[in-house]
Amino acid sequence: MTDQDRPQYQQLLARKVEVVNVGLEGFVKDLRDCGIDVVHVDWKPSAGGDPQMAALLAKLGV
Amino acid sequence: MKLIEDANQQALTRILEGEPRLIDIVPARELIPGLRERMILHAGPPISWDRMCGPMRGAVAGAIVFEGWAKDLPTATKLAANGEIEFHPNHHFGAVGPMTGMTTMSMPLFVVENARFSNRAYCAINEGLGKVMRFGGNDASVLKRLAWLRDVFGPTLGKAIRAAGGIDLKSIVARGLSMGDELHQRNLACSSVFLREIAPWMARTSTDNGVLAECLAFIGQNDQFFLNIAMAMGKAITDPANGIRGSTIVTTMCRNGTDFGIRVSGLGEQWFTAPVEMPEGLYFAGYSEKDANPDMGDSAIVETIGLGGFAMAAAPAVAGFVGAGAPSEAGNFTRSMGEITVAQNPEWTIAAMDFAGVPTGIDIRLVVDSGVVPVINTGIAHREPGIGQVGAGVVKAPLACFQQAIVAIAKDLGVS
Repeated sequence: MTDQDRPQYQQLLARKVEVVNVGLEGFVKDLRDCGIDVVHVDWKPSAGGDPQMAALLAKLGV
Repeated sequence: MKLIEDANQQALTRILEGEPRLIDIVPARELIPGLRERMILHAGPPISWDRMCGPMRGAVAGAIVFEGWAKDLPTATKLAANGEIEFHPNHHFGAVGPMTGMTTMSMPLFVVENARFSNRAYCAINEGLGKVMRFGGNDASVLKRLAWLRDVFGPTLGKAIRAAGGIDLKSIVARGLSMGDELHQRNLACSSVFLREIAPWMARTSTDNGVLAECLAFIGQNDQFFLNIAMAMGKAITDPANGIRGSTIVTTMCRNGTDFGIRVSGLGEQWFTAPVEMPEGLYFAGYSEKDANPDMGDSAIVETIGLGGFAMAAAPAVAGFVGAGAPSEAGNFTRSMGEITVAQNPEWTIAAMDFAGVPTGIDIRLVVDSGVVPVINTGIAHREPGIGQVGAGVVKAPLACFQQAIVAIAKDLGVS
């Protein structure tokens, strides 16, 4: 079986893996411990995920 | 929303255009109409005696004896507990005060005038270190120093300030930021620059060399002397930005040892309060967090104008002093506060950040959206009255204050 015959996700993992981690930072260390390059994006949902507060913020132009 | 963006721009412009000058020192009763016998102004949002923390009660008792409304501390405490003393926040009277923030009728106050908007703000004179009323101290040594400030130091310095035609404050702050001050837990540079400017005028106007030497030494020995001037400056700068309908910019942050309170430009005089948090920091030898009182003081007015914790990058040494990490991490605080503010102040820059201006104009929308809350550099008081400062640290403003304000402004603008 050639690389082109494998499912796409398998092709992804057959090459050097580089990860962008969004949100919870806890995953970063585990990946780095495996020698994987990781870029962490510090992201949280608006208003900590409080839907009512997020709706108000949207109305107030955020 | 255009209404909010326009209102915020107006509030920001008013903050940035302020022209604060220290113009005098005057007894509080001559400055504040309505400040009368048996009335005490305190730090933070409104609070009654039964909810006051230990240091606040200690300072209240001391202030009552200082004004001669009771002969001793036990009698003073009884007077306050019996409801015979009227309490109001400094902020309701154009004033601010550090830590317990006691202001009573005979105390001499710095007068800062914002020439751009013709408003004035007041703050008591910094008492120095050790046992002091702002940390709840109330023994004879505390009251003796307050009497000296009232009878000797205040009149002497006031005469010099008047003779100098006032002292421009923005330029002192700009120089202080470039010399390692953040204007809350480090005021060494600004205090020194102030002393350099005022000393010749004190010499010209003093008639007693002994008094002159004593007054110069008092300023020179107190690294935090300039803090109280900076606080009156902060109040003079923010007051004109209050009351702009639709503006989500914070105009007041303060705490009374029990509650943290904020006010927002578009919501005028309304307070939004939540339980104040405990500072995280370093303690003097022999003390620990077990001894600490929750945070207090009107001094967070300096963070409200982009100084203190917001300007941490200017004062890397402070990061270590307040237990906020390595000096190399100081910039992280300033960058983080940049996420919740709408602009930088081009007149107050930080060399270590390639002369970026201090983050200015806290927007409650950005705070609630990001969950990043204002950080405040602060002194830590002992929780028992009369002991004083036991450490220094950083405290976070409670998110709940900002969430309440969001609900209120949405209602006011008819979008809730």
